[in-house]
Amino acid sequence: MAIKMNIDFMRLRRVTAIGSIILVLISLGSLAINSLQFGLDFTSGTLVEVGYETSADVPGMRTTLADAGYDQAVVVPFGSDRVVLVRVPTAPGAEDRDAASIGDEILALLQAQSSTPVEVRSSEFVSPKVGEELAEKGGMGLLVALGIVMVYVAVRFQLKFSIGAVVALAHDVIITLGFFSLFKVTFDLTVLAALLAVIGYSLNDTIVVSDRIRENFRMLRVETPIEMINISLNQVFSRTLITSFTTMLVLFAMLIAGGEAIQGFAIALIIGVVVGTYSSIYIAANVLLWLKVTREDLMIPVKDKDTGEADSVP
Amino acid sequence: MIVGIILLGMLYSAPNLFPDDPAIQVSHETEVVTETDLERMTNALDSVSIPYFGEVISDQGALVRFGSLDDQLRGKSIIEQSLGEGYIVALNLAPTTPAWLQSVTAGKMNLGLDLQGGVRFVMEVDMEAALQRRMENTLSNIRQQLRSERVRSRSLTLADDGIELRFDDEASRNDARASIRENFADMQLTTRERGGVFFIELSMTAEDILQMQRDTITANRTTILNRVDSIGVSEPVVQQQGLDRIVIELPGVQDTAQAKRILQRIATLQFHLESRPGAPSTSYETFEYSGQTVRVDNDVILQGDRVSNVRSAFDQQGMPQVVINLDAQGGQQFSRVTRENIGNLMDILLIETKTRTVFVPDEQGNLLEQQESFEEKRLISHAVIRAALGREFVITGLSVNEANELSLLIRSGALAAPMYFVNESTVGPSLGAENIEQGARAVYLGFGMVMLFMMAYYRVFGIAANIALTVNVVLLISVMSIMGATLTLPGIFGIVLTVGMAVDANVLIFTRIREELDAGLSPQGAIAAGFDRAFSTIMDANLTTFLVAVVLFTIGTGPVKGFSVTLMIGIITSMFTAIIVTRAIVNLIYGGRRVDKLSIGKNILLS
Repeated sequence: MAIKMNIDFMRLRRVTAIGSIILVLISLGSLAINSLQFGLDFTSGTLVEVGYETSADVPGMRTTLADAGYDQAVVVPFGSDRVVLVRVPTAPGAEDRDAASIGDEILALLQAQSSTPVEVRSSEFVSPKVGEELAEKGGMGLLVALGIVMVYVAVRFQLKFSIGAVVALAHDVIITLGFFSLFKVTFDLTVLAALLAVIGYSLNDTIVVSDRIRENFRMLRVETPIEMINISLNQVFSRTLITSFTTMLVLFAMLIAGGEAIQGFAIALIIGVVVGTYSSIYIAANVLLWLKVTREDLMIPVKDKDTGEADSVP
Repeated sequence: MIVGIILLGMLYSAPNLFPDDPAIQVSHETEVVTETDLERMTNALDSVSIPYFGEVISDQGALVRFGSLDDQLRGKSIIEQSLGEGYIVALNLAPTTPAWLQSVTAGKMNLGLDLQGGVRFVMEVDMEAALQRRMENTLSNIRQQLRSERVRSRSLTLADDGIELRFDDEASRNDARASIRENFADMQLTTRERGGVFFIELSMTAEDILQMQRDTITANRTTILNRVDSIGVSEPVVQQQGLDRIVIELPGVQDTAQAKRILQRIATLQFHLESRPGAPSTSYETFEYSGQTVRVDNDVILQGDRVSNVRSAFDQQGMPQVVINLDAQGGQQFSRVTRENIGNLMDILLIETKTRTVFVPDEQGNLLEQQESFEEKRLISHAVIRAALGREFVITGLSVNEANELSLLIRSGALAAPMYFVNESTVGPSLGAENIEQGARAVYLGFGMVMLFMMAYYRVFGIAANIALTVNVVLLISVMSIMGATLTLPGIFGIVLTVGMAVDANVLIFTRIREELDAGLSPQGAIAAGFDRAFSTIMDANLTTFLVAVVLFTIGTGPVKGFSVTLMIGIITSMFTAIIVTRAIVNLIYGGRRVDKLSIGKNILLS
């Protein structure tokens, strides 16, 4: 019979708690100071991706645009030296009606300036109103998602677990956002989607761990909460590692093969998965200990005990 | 049963293996496209050596297929030149699904614009302008009414959200109030007094405003539908979004500037009399109406912006009719003209400014594409004036369909409010093709890596999981094909993510089985216990991810919505395959036999 693994996870709980708090503080600080590099979906403006047949003359493009009055335009190569991204923020107070045609004007200018045909690979215009709305909806969405999670876990498990789950999730989201803020990676709608996917994934993890903890609390009679949590964590550890591993395999596939468009998304997910796995092990359990969870919290009321036993399926 | 589902899944996802051909679809605004037209097209293509195939005529018009996107684009301008006016030449993706699949209504997944190439607009209707116009109409009507009843008022003005009337004395105010209550019963009325001046404040009820918003956006949407038809796109999407926005998706369109021009053009309505016989030919224009030739006098007897409302309804005998309401000035004008013309015919013209592509030779004699705008006038109604018509009149003698159509047309000409673009997203075809490639690569790579790993770590059970995984993806594709869900680039990544997360359920089960084995259960017992115990955990975990995906669905637009859709479907299919399919396969291999050892690998970390 194989020797059971017995890593004392909880011995590190103070160290990791401090580590987490530091990371969260750094993230919050970075968000406060640097804020996020919002993509077009949330701020408004015009984005044009143009392709040239030969190497693009980026400085020349900048001058042409600046001369025409678009000195706020950001011109950067995108992926290769033949594809260029031109981004023009909407001037504050500009009328929606005028802003919509900026993309066409820019294209005309670039076509006039270049001796070879300019190909429009993609173009995007977001009006200020829509940009604001999306930012609001996105923020609300995140909060709603966390809210739903809290309610669901409280119902299926118990209030203390739900608090643990939400703290773990908030921790993951904040650190991921902090990373984006610190390293100035563009935050657009796909990254928001990735964040929500991270919530889903991390929750997945946390539930598996919580479920095992609950099962052990009910079945094992002798140990203290710390020991029970340790045992639970050990039991789920291999599963957690493997799932994270396979997901990471897939994410790296995306990062390698997926191209520029998906990079923000893949990075957000990778960070989210790493942090999420860590938080499922340490944060959720830490919170449970902190809230002094006991067997009694998890026992079903006596009158249901018989059906209750059949119910306590992991 | 499982085998049945799997086979169905394979059947319905199979169409996706047949890539569409780039094609050109030609139809005509009024006539049927004939063999001669098709011949002209093919001859033109032959003359510049553009290869094509599969030319055919059907109910939708003529279709010609090409081998590449380049050929398709070049073919489009050649065909446009060869056919001339009145023909709508549209870029299209023609399916190559074999007939036997089509007969079970198996189809491909819809490709999102970021994979197909095309443009997506969101236009917002200026509801304020519509409301303003309505209030102005009402104001002038009230003014007329009070004047005719000789009620004196100090002033009538438009306030922020309504109309304000001032009176010098209470008597006039009360007279006015009675009159308004009688003639404008649907307005909300409040009275005030301040410093010796007597006020009446009028506003529209919330219901009325809502109804007006609905009417306006329907009018705008009708207008857009008509215009989108003329852009020449084969499968456009025009949808209402919220209370005041319209989303328009045009796959395959590259010239967004032209598309925008077409969508934004203005339509107006004009009322005319029929020209008297013998009138000089310069004083009328000829139109076709239901097969008749009609001569419409050039004078405009009423402008469309005098129409304040229009709807189709039934009269006392249950016959369909169109009811038109005019504003006060319009009513006066109209009643004067119609009084003098009883027995004559009245015509309603819908006028739209359109653009079209023309080919103009430059100095070297090459033909350049240019946009030219022109006015198109359409006769939409031709009816006898039976009595002096006033502010409200009806047009009868129509079928139910005709009445509905006429009221929609009048509405789009008279009632549509100005619209402007709030969002625009274009993806060129080359980027679209690249996106598909990248997405596919990511899927293959991710899939391959996961399968290898599962086999190495879980041996035979790993193979079962891999088969389940494959079935998972096949089911996912088939569900999306059946539902007609749209696949976008983030959606493809959603599939990749599902692959990574789907193994999770299997890992849970297998880990459990291993534990039960270690705890001393027999192999068969361990299998049963593993599946059972893991079930509720899998349910919980997947359900919460599903809920989060639903939240994302409500927030997201465009491509991101596609991601949430694939994620949601993926969760369902992966739950199904992980639990049921894997179990079935395992039972197949190990079921019913006495087993001593399970080839499930060893937990590296435990031993």
